[in-house]
Amino acid sequence: MRTLPRILLLALLLFAGAAFAQAIEPLPFKDHVEELRYQHLTAQLRCPMCQNETLADSNAPIARDLRNQIFQLMQHGQSDAQIKQYLVDRYSEFVLYDPPVARNTWLLWFGPLLILLAGAGTVFATIRKRSRAVTPATSPTAHATVDEGDDW
Amino acid sequence: MTRLLPFIGFLLLAGLLGFGIWWNTGHDQTAIPSPLINKPAPDFKLPLLYEPAQTVSRASLMGKPYLLNVFASWCIECGVEHPVLQAEASTLGVALIGYNYKDAPDDAKAWLATHGNPYSVLMADTSGQTAIDFGVYAAPESFLVDAHGVIRYKHIGPITMDVVNDELKPAIASLQQEPH
Repeated sequence: MRTLPRILLLALLLFAGAAFAQAIEPLPFKDHVEELRYQHLTAQLRCPMCQNETLADSNAPIARDLRNQIFQLMQHGQSDAQIKQYLVDRYSEFVLYDPPVARNTWLLWFGPLLILLAGAGTVFATIRKRSRAVTPATSPTAHATVDEGDDW
Repeated sequence: MTRLLPFIGFLLLAGLLGFGIWWNTGHDQTAIPSPLINKPAPDFKLPLLYEPAQTVSRASLMGKPYLLNVFASWCIECGVEHPVLQAEASTLGVALIGYNYKDAPDDAKAWLATHGNPYSVLMADTSGQTAIDFGVYAAPESFLVDAHGVIRYKHIGPITMDVVNDELKPAIASLQQEPH
């Protein structure tokens, strides 16, 4: 009676790889360096179809086609920059996970800094106001009003 | 004035969030604007679906504007837009050219036999290689190409009656007003 679960377990272990087999497409890299370069490059590029995945991770048909295309371009001796430009020419800068600093990306790059500065300014102004309110507060009545303000 | 500050902050935040809602409902968030607009269509040469011995190229289509519609039998949204293309193909004023994308020819023919064939020319890109040059990433996609072979407009996703009336027909009208 205990053989059936064992057979099932064995079957599960044997076929566990089947789910991954689909995603594996062995490419004929000439050496490990080229393979690493390919993996590094595809991980920097964004799949246009499933928009929150890299080309390396995505299993969308277009990601597979673009990976193959990148491999072919590498075989033709193109540099990483040339391959990126090839994709930008066709799919726009959307495919770059690291967008270049340009006039239309200034807000993207420096917007967070502006918000940080605005926050720092607010904190600075508040602290200055409070310290000004506290300094003349030598009389006990004035002290009480300051304490009330801190209730929140 | 100090008491009004939180209220002003609230208004600013509400304005920002309201703008976000307005902006995101106004357009398809997943559509990537094509860098090919107002650039020459990529050079291509593809066989006809029904007569694979014959080919169509960018050069052979020059001289008249056309709407290139990328579709496939496996694409669900293509079935959504297909009745619109069937009904509007003759009213567009430009040739409707079919671009069968990454499809088995037999599947494509069976699909067209069921849904109808609105295309005046129908080419097949079985490998999807040429589609990369067009920046195609998801069928259906449609390109309006002018008489000089320049891409003037692109629509990503199914063509609806709203798209036909609000975008496609005005774009075609502006092409026809240009001196040739």
